[in-house]
Amino acid sequence: MFNARRLILAHFVVAIVIFAVSLVLGEWQMVVRSPVHAWVDNPEHYYRSVTAHGSALAYVFPTLIAMGFGYAITVSSLRQALIGARLAWIAFYLVVAGAIVAMVPVAAGWASVLYTFYPPLIGHPLYYIGVVLVVVGSWIWVALLHVNERAWRRQNRTATLPLPMFANLAGAYLWAWTAVGAASEILLQILPVSLGFKNTIDAGLARVLFSWTLHAIVYFWLIPTYIAYYTIVPRAIGSRLYSDTMARASFALFLVFAMPIGIHHLFADPMVGSGIKMMHAIFTGMVAIPTLLTIFTITATVELAARVRGGRGMLGWVKALPWENPAMLASAFSFVLLGLGGAGGLINMSYQLDSTVHNTQWITGHFHMIFAGAIVIMYFVIAYDLWPQLTGRELPSMSLVRTQLWLWFIGMMVLTLPWHWAGLLGMPRRMAYFDYSSPDVAPEAWTVGLSSLGGLLVVLSGLLWVYILAASWRGPATQQPVEAYRFSEPLHAVLRVPKALNNLGVWFLLMVLLTLVNYGFPIWQLAHLKTSEVPAIYVGGRQ
Amino acid sequence: MRRIGLWSTLAVLGIAFVGGFVSFIWLPRAQLDTYPSFFAAFCAALGVPQPRQASLVSAPSPRSDVVLTHDLLQAPQASDVGTGATLALRCTPCHGPTGISYANSPNLAGQYAVAVYKQLRDYKTGVRTNPVMNPMAAALSDIEMRQIAAYYASFPKPARAQLTALPPPIVRWGAPMRNIAPCGSCHGGVDHTLASPWLNGEPAAYLAAQLVSFQSGRRTNDINGQMRAMVHNMTPAEISAAAAYYSGTNLP
Repeated sequence: MFNARRLILAHFVVAIVIFAVSLVLGEWQMVVRSPVHAWVDNPEHYYRSVTAHGSALAYVFPTLIAMGFGYAITVSSLRQALIGARLAWIAFYLVVAGAIVAMVPVAAGWASVLYTFYPPLIGHPLYYIGVVLVVVGSWIWVALLHVNERAWRRQNRTATLPLPMFANLAGAYLWAWTAVGAASEILLQILPVSLGFKNTIDAGLARVLFSWTLHAIVYFWLIPTYIAYYTIVPRAIGSRLYSDTMARASFALFLVFAMPIGIHHLFADPMVGSGIKMMHAIFTGMVAIPTLLTIFTITATVELAARVRGGRGMLGWVKALPWENPAMLASAFSFVLLGLGGAGGLINMSYQLDSTVHNTQWITGHFHMIFAGAIVIMYFVIAYDLWPQLTGRELPSMSLVRTQLWLWFIGMMVLTLPWHWAGLLGMPRRMAYFDYSSPDVAPEAWTVGLSSLGGLLVVLSGLLWVYILAASWRGPATQQPVEAYRFSEPLHAVLRVPKALNNLGVWFLLMVLLTLVNYGFPIWQLAHLKTSEVPAIYVGGRQ
Repeated sequence: MRRIGLWSTLAVLGIAFVGGFVSFIWLPRAQLDTYPSFFAAFCAALGVPQPRQASLVSAPSPRSDVVLTHDLLQAPQASDVGTGATLALRCTPCHGPTGISYANSPNLAGQYAVAVYKQLRDYKTGVRTNPVMNPMAAALSDIEMRQIAAYYASFPKPARAQLTALPPPIVRWGAPMRNIAPCGSCHGGVDHTLASPWLNGEPAAYLAAQLVSFQSGRRTNDINGQMRAMVHNMTPAEISAAAAYYSGTNLP
């Protein structure tokens, strides 16, 4: 992979290590909160662990995967050496340094504020500074991707930007804009309080700014998964992408509709007007369009492979799919999880239905199903697919890979389905402790017990992923020199692409415009409201 | 396939327009029973605070006007402690010469200065009522209240504050299903929040009486109603367990 092989490998290795540690923390939380284990007696330890688990897996792990995979796409799809490799290393070290700087106060119990910060809770300043460093590192990545694309266009004035790079840039631009919300929340609102210059905070404004990031960040995590659907899966299963145009339209629409929807996380917060919430609910519904486009296109793509392999009938072709292929298996699992999670998401995003599940365990079940389920299972595929390129060695055993994917899928289902049910029974989220001896809570005990069993399968699967990747390192080198990394080909050769689908400019502008429409007034209003400051609540024994 | 960008922009603006109509015209029109006019309902939909119909709002209870600012938290001067000692002579009949009460009044030795100051202010303004303390505090100036608070904070905590018994569940864990946070998450043990008093070693009778008066709504000087919210769902058994634990009287 030109000059970026070690760089990409470094991103993946650090991401994998962080993933393995955080995964075990997550299962610990599940077990100590369940009736399986005696209560740990100190809620602070629980929230400390939740903060570490959430911060590492929401900010650091997917960012490193997106960055590493983003560089891989840049060099392989543009077929040019990475421009700015030294800056890319600086960005990598910034992210790693940020992760360490943030995790020290979390481990010491000075910043148990959970990864969503929850002002007026205020933790140690180093925690927030660490998060900002991670974001700054990732912004350098965005800039590098942009520079590499510009350089490629200067060399190839009439050519169409390859689909993987188009999608890669959509993810990068989305992240660049969406991270502005949390970054300004930290820099303008939280850090002055955390550093002691102020002791009140406008919690309402801070939460609105965070919601700017909080939903679109999910699509930033999702885009590597969608890139894998469109550009890895068809090639891996011996098919061709059903429609290149549909793929480009999906990514463009994700860029537009991911942003102006975050206030659906604040349906129960009083500082935002009901009309603003309704607008965000309506735009959240629009995300269904690129999602359904993708489901249609990828299903058509795998059906092509099945028909070529002799599949017949309305649904009979499903049997002819290459199920032994990990990419096929994982994308089917991912679709099931995405389908169930998406259906649950429709409930969360409706202004009225949300009130039945708001702040219940349903929500935690939902985002684990989508992120840890549908998204991360494709991160596994991305790593498996890139690994021979990065290490020059083959994976030790395909059956082990399939076992790992099956374990993850079953574990995720056993983890998240009872979790949703617990929420429907009314179990609140962000609780360190449940008194299962109470007759009110006793009927919910089995759900948490079962979820902790699912979590155990997930941990086994996650560690198996690490083992497979590590074992390949010790294995024999690939037989022949590894061929250049390829992405899938479209069914119909791309001859001409409309300007708007060769370039993200108009979509980026629409995203910014919609952000102004949907966030402009609430932010302006809250910034001018003089009565909305509340006393900060310092955690970790600070005054 | 031409002009995709233009048509997409128009479509998105169309969605925003229809969404805006639903959110800011149609739905506010359905709320005219709650707001005095359409304009008020429209502003409320935008998030601008609007008064609702008067009948829907209950009369506010008296609220503490104490604002905890940064200078309250700074270490006191030695002279503040000395002046505070003189001023505190009037407090000794109930709170004891060294801040240890023998009359079931709260022990003040080692209490956080912010906590003592806030209570004095609330007694002075009448937000917290007590037939003895209201006239006592009425005569104190702001600086005098700070000096008394600094004086009591300068004492070591009473020996009884070293609690060794296992805290009851309400102190350690609260009751999540009834929205009760653990006492220890604000009052020390798990964590401490600003202006929450140190409770260890306080008389059980005093603590139980305060919890009951928060519960009945007689005491209203918790700034955001947080104590009233916590105690609202506590059982009498939990109240006495918490009071007994903090007083140290549940020791064998």
